[in-house]
Amino acid sequence: MKYNIKDIIEAIKRLADNFDKINIMEVCGTHTANIQKYGIPSILPDNIRLISGPGCPVCVTSQEDISRAVSIADKDDVIFTCFGDMMRVPCGNKSLYSLREGGSDIRIVTSPMDALQISLENPQKQVVYFGIGFETTAPHTAALIEEAYKQNIKNISVLNSHKTMPPAITSLLKNKCGIDALLCPGHVAVITGSDAFSFIPEKLKLPAAIAGFEAYEILAAILSLLSMLKGNITECINMYPGAVTKTGNQTALKLINSVMEPCDAVWRGLGNIPNSGLKFRYKYAAFDASKRFKITKSISEEPNGCLCSQILRGENLPFDCKHFSINCTPDNPLGPCMVSSEGSCSAYYRYKTV
Amino acid sequence: MCLAIPGTIKKIDGMEAYVDYGGVSKCASIRLAENAKVGDIVLVHAGFIIQILDKEDGKELQKLVEETMGIVYR
Amino acid sequence: MEHKITMSHGSGGEKYRELVQEIFLPAYCNEYLSPLTDSAILAGEGKIAMTTDSYVVKPLFFPGGNIGNMSVSGTVNDLAVSGALPKYISVGMIIEAGLEIKVLKRIVDSIADTAKKAGVKIVTGDTKVVESKSADGIFINTAGVGVFPSGRKIPSQKIKAGDKIIVSGCIASHGMAVMNARNNLGFLPPIESDAAPLGNLVSAIFKHDDYIVHAMRDPTRGGVAATLCEWVTSGTDIVIYQKSIPIRSDVSAACRLLGLDPLHIANEGVILFSVPENCANDVLSVLRKEEYGKYSAIIGEVREGSGTVSAITDFGSKTRIMMPKGEILPRIC
Repeated sequence: MKYNIKDIIEAIKRLADNFDKINIMEVCGTHTANIQKYGIPSILPDNIRLISGPGCPVCVTSQEDISRAVSIADKDDVIFTCFGDMMRVPCGNKSLYSLREGGSDIRIVTSPMDALQISLENPQKQVVYFGIGFETTAPHTAALIEEAYKQNIKNISVLNSHKTMPPAITSLLKNKCGIDALLCPGHVAVITGSDAFSFIPEKLKLPAAIAGFEAYEILAAILSLLSMLKGNITECINMYPGAVTKTGNQTALKLINSVMEPCDAVWRGLGNIPNSGLKFRYKYAAFDASKRFKITKSISEEPNGCLCSQILRGENLPFDCKHFSINCTPDNPLGPCMVSSEGSCSAYYRYKTV
Repeated sequence: MCLAIPGTIKKIDGMEAYVDYGGVSKCASIRLAENAKVGDIVLVHAGFIIQILDKEDGKELQKLVEETMGIVYR
Repeated sequence: MEHKITMSHGSGGEKYRELVQEIFLPAYCNEYLSPLTDSAILAGEGKIAMTTDSYVVKPLFFPGGNIGNMSVSGTVNDLAVSGALPKYISVGMIIEAGLEIKVLKRIVDSIADTAKKAGVKIVTGDTKVVESKSADGIFINTAGVGVFPSGRKIPSQKIKAGDKIIVSGCIASHGMAVMNARNNLGFLPPIESDAAPLGNLVSAIFKHDDYIVHAMRDPTRGGVAATLCEWVTSGTDIVIYQKSIPIRSDVSAACRLLGLDPLHIANEGVILFSVPENCANDVLSVLRKEEYGKYSAIIGEVREGSGTVSAITDFGSKTRIMMPKGEILPRIC
């Protein structure tokens, strides 16, 4: 029998009656955005709460990395390239967006390979690509560096702020923090494989479901989590089987490993997490923008009263922040969770569930 | 992060594939999916094909849902 | 004539006259403009509608349009949605020295062509030239005047509970066309803008005395979402049926690829109407017979409420639609 989305919603309601209160954390920005876009909270029973964890790469980028970006982008001989989301993250009274308005050459790209093309077209300029993102995007940056090395391109470098998911999930949830189950990021899992998330049931003792991004897929994953919770089963189920395999995209994983190695990294809201970042291996160190450019002293303080850190840890909802939708809006954001359209605050702002 | 969208490969030229998303196509690198062929349904993230999708997409998930429903309504 | 605009083209001297005689007059030619008097003298009585808008577009040309046709259709549409019959427009240009004259000519021809289609006359104009790097090629300001034919009911521009919301065509095409062209996003075939003058669309409805339109607006910057958020009052809610919104498949795919909500993307060739339920189907069938109204659809309704705009999905969930903020940037991450 084929079950439709309404059947799944009915089943979720039925299972929900077994619980007092269930908190499910999602750790992927696109999940956060789509959950709001599809209005999923409006059809979930009141005792099933979805909480956004540190899944938006823009949001978890440390203030120090952002100020490095701003410092490099401000230089005269530089063309700075990044994804659209990074543009509005504030750094003191500046942002990449405000620098561009002031005439700096900052270009939005939709792939790191666009940056390579720009470097070939502008041999007299230094082109810098701001590498953010998790396992899903890291292989792309690795491909860029591999190609630049092969072609011996001297005028490109990467400001590397790539991070890996499992250490952050462990660091956040080793004390559970009231989280009952985890919705795992489907596209990270496409690269890492579902096995990479088995530490969640094994070490953190929490049920986990890898989820796709359509309303049906997200709800099906929520259903499987509730079903596991009811049956006291602690496993990681792959609810995105059309795209996620056990061992992931080996080509991508090998590529990351050949170009980068693990390092400690500072996450906004979570602090320094050992082995949660990726840096270039010695062979490719020359492509590290933070070494290539002199960086002016950075602003690393987070804005006063901003709850982004607590929101990233799942301790607060955007509505709890005194700045939310008052003096922190997508147009004029105080913290990164409002900047990125995948950030919790922005997603809540745009699609506030009625 | 991780906005990835499925599309169909229409043409492959060296390391570049032309992926159609239903009325509009855009180039994507096959560096991370070197086995990709014309006609494959693929998942594209930030200019790279990151996975060749199972053509039976949906069936496996249906099976998992059926199993879960079986437990819920047991 | 030279190939490029120079400062002397804006000086009012011989070069300026050359530009007027060789480029503007042949294209715009009409009895109001040709005497080249200081102001155009127009006949008229009763109420008139007047509007103005400035156009700064990068790039100047994009698939399906350019700054020229936009500057006419945008102003014409502002008049049309006020319930007026667009009649006259002015064209003021601020040109950056160095702009190629053949580029200017293409823009001027497109202005003339669109004016003809829209049934408006270009009755006055002005041209200034600024130094290189002081403008982005060309900026255009147009002002428009429209009249109210006797018997035309001017819409109150106030929605009422019970109204149906109609959109006259596929949404988000213009914004995505310009974004694709501006940022070299590489979508193929290039996404085409929907920029078009919509006076005829509105006139077609006004031909029927018994049709009532409570509100109409062309949802340009900020898209359909912005118009709906501006329309909603403290005593009403607007509810949109997510599945019923017409959108071209290429535009929809591009929005998905860039993580954008089509409701937030600019349009230049569609009108939103709020009409009483009892004439919604009639208005819809009239619109669908028009060249620019083929894809018209009822996309939602006005209910009694408390000032919210929301969308409902086909599985019963509901999300709030907010006023979009700031420039819409493509996201990939």
